Amino acid sequence: MDTLVVHLLNALLYASVMFLIAGGLSLIYGVMRIVNLAHGNLYAFGAYVSAWAVGRVLGSGTEASPWLYALLPLGAVAAAGLGAVLEPTLLRPLYRRAEEYQLLITFGLLLILEDLMRLIWGPYPLQVSALYEGLGSLTFGESIYPTYNLLVILIGGLAAAGLWAFVYRTQFGVVLRATSQNMRMASALGVNVNRVYVQAFTLGCFMAGLGGAVIVPQQGAVLGMGVDALILAFVVVVIGGLGSLEGALIGALMVGVVREAGITFFPEIELAVLYLMAAVVLLIRPAGILGRA
Amino acid sequence: MTAAPRRVLAWSAPVLLALIALPFVVPPYQTVLLSYGLVLAIAALGFNLLLGYTGLLSFGHSAYFGAGAYAVAFIVKYLGLESMEAFLLGGILASGAVAALFGLLCVRYTKIFFGILTMALSQVLWSLAFKFFWVTGGSDGLRVPTPTLLGGTVRVGSDKFEFLSHRYYFYVLAVFVVCVAVMWIIVHSPFGKALQAIRDNETRAEFVGVQVWHYRWVAFVISGIFTGVAGALWVPLNGLTTPDILHWTFSGKMVFFTVLGGFQTFFGPIVGAIIFNYLETYAVGHTVYWQMVLGIVLVVLVLVLPAGIVGTVRRFGLRPVKVS
Repeated sequence: MDTLVVHLLNALLYASVMFLIAGGLSLIYGVMRIVNLAHGNLYAFGAYVSAWAVGRVLGSGTEASPWLYALLPLGAVAAAGLGAVLEPTLLRPLYRRAEEYQLLITFGLLLILEDLMRLIWGPYPLQVSALYEGLGSLTFGESIYPTYNLLVILIGGLAAAGLWAFVYRTQFGVVLRATSQNMRMASALGVNVNRVYVQAFTLGCFMAGLGGAVIVPQQGAVLGMGVDALILAFVVVVIGGLGSLEGALIGALMVGVVREAGITFFPEIELAVLYLMAAVVLLIRPAGILGRA
Repeated sequence: MTAAPRRVLAWSAPVLLALIALPFVVPPYQTVLLSYGLVLAIAALGFNLLLGYTGLLSFGHSAYFGAGAYAVAFIVKYLGLESMEAFLLGGILASGAVAALFGLLCVRYTKIFFGILTMALSQVLWSLAFKFFWVTGGSDGLRVPTPTLLGGTVRVGSDKFEFLSHRYYFYVLAVFVVCVAVMWIIVHSPFGKALQAIRDNETRAEFVGVQVWHYRWVAFVISGIFTGVAGALWVPLNGLTTPDILHWTFSGKMVFFTVLGGFQTFFGPIVGAIIFNYLETYAVGHTVYWQMVLGIVLVVLVLVLPAGIVGTVRRFGLRPVKVS
């Protein structure tokens, strides 16, 4: 029973981080119809910035004071800032071109960002496990569980709720959804589409960066983490439906459960099962579980 | 149509002669490097049958390259054969089988969904190669010895590097020429014209009686086989096959060099693959930040030279080879 709870919590932990990454990817696709292959690198960028900032303040000490946790969101802000620069400079010239070129330029961006992180932070992983250990762990029954993981799950849940409120309950959300449904019509009604695009892209990058920022105390920041995360995020959005936030949530939960089950019961084919899941969903429902065609 | 092949022959014959003379002029290292380029060019030819002629952007062609390469490694490991002809046959069968299966699933889709589905399927192979280490060697990969050529009549001898830079180079060149000729015939056949019709307007193609899915599937399999041949030829050069060549970023490189050369032309991908190979080798040799170099080239290329090298040269009328 206790182990089941631990497994469920682990699944929720994966799902929270996956939702933050995939939700951003899906939001960007939904509004701008661009699949950003560099999205995983923005997640990694968030992780690196947070780890770097915390590491600078922490110095050689290992005692995690509470306000160090307040530095973590810095990664999300940095990723958002990077996104706000990238969209107008690199992506905007390409909206009128075939989508092959959009994929290619984001692939080029992936290569550049990957090495940029190596250039800035070096080839070795950055660790801030002091923050992870600083919160201790909870004991229930015979199992112990790290408190920090619960915090990540909480942030994932809050992010999902906040995003939902943002998209469905605010003026900006209305404009966002209108642009997503019909860009030309929204433009004709006076929406500044360029501005909406840059805002949506920035928000998507913020979520990816937040995903990296919250997971870095647990996993550290390593090169290549972005590329791996991107493929899992693809699995999530393909299952849930490209462009659908609710779909990203469902997809993230499914991927979280399957990953946790996979690591426990079928570690050799865990990844293969995830990719096959995506392929099967595409075959049965090409637009995903909640996607619009 | 009659003028175009003659014009192509007029400049491709000297190029071919130069390629044959090359090992006697340049240092062996350069010849081996060019062998890699020619191998990638075969993959690019296959890849471009889908992208340039059928209008499908695959982000999963690493699967067929890897199928060819791992087929060779398995032939060595389980059958104990070391003949290059057996390697090629195995590569063709393996990549053809994988492409036939994956193609069945993929050809119903176009655009971004086609790209993601091909990518997801190739990642299945990657994760299997990565995890089933007792079969595939995991991330260490599998070693492949230098093969014998032409049914065992040409052997490696004492100097492996000399073998690779001369006999094996000519072997690769011969296979390359055959592949170019076969692909030229394919894209100029009625079948090739039907693919271009599908690319330009799927609905109209269907109305004039082209069975769109069926044609796409056949193109998919042919494309996979060409890429698999490239994978089989690549392994002896590299001496080792690792899961890296199955990873989707390798597919990304294939897209990269096809666009670099120009995917709207027949010869563009060949030029792109060879230039990409030099570019990558040079970048890897001179900086640890070679990925950034490649990325910047790609970004500039997309923004400034979307038609690719050959496409741009052709637009300015320097080499008026009109293809398709």
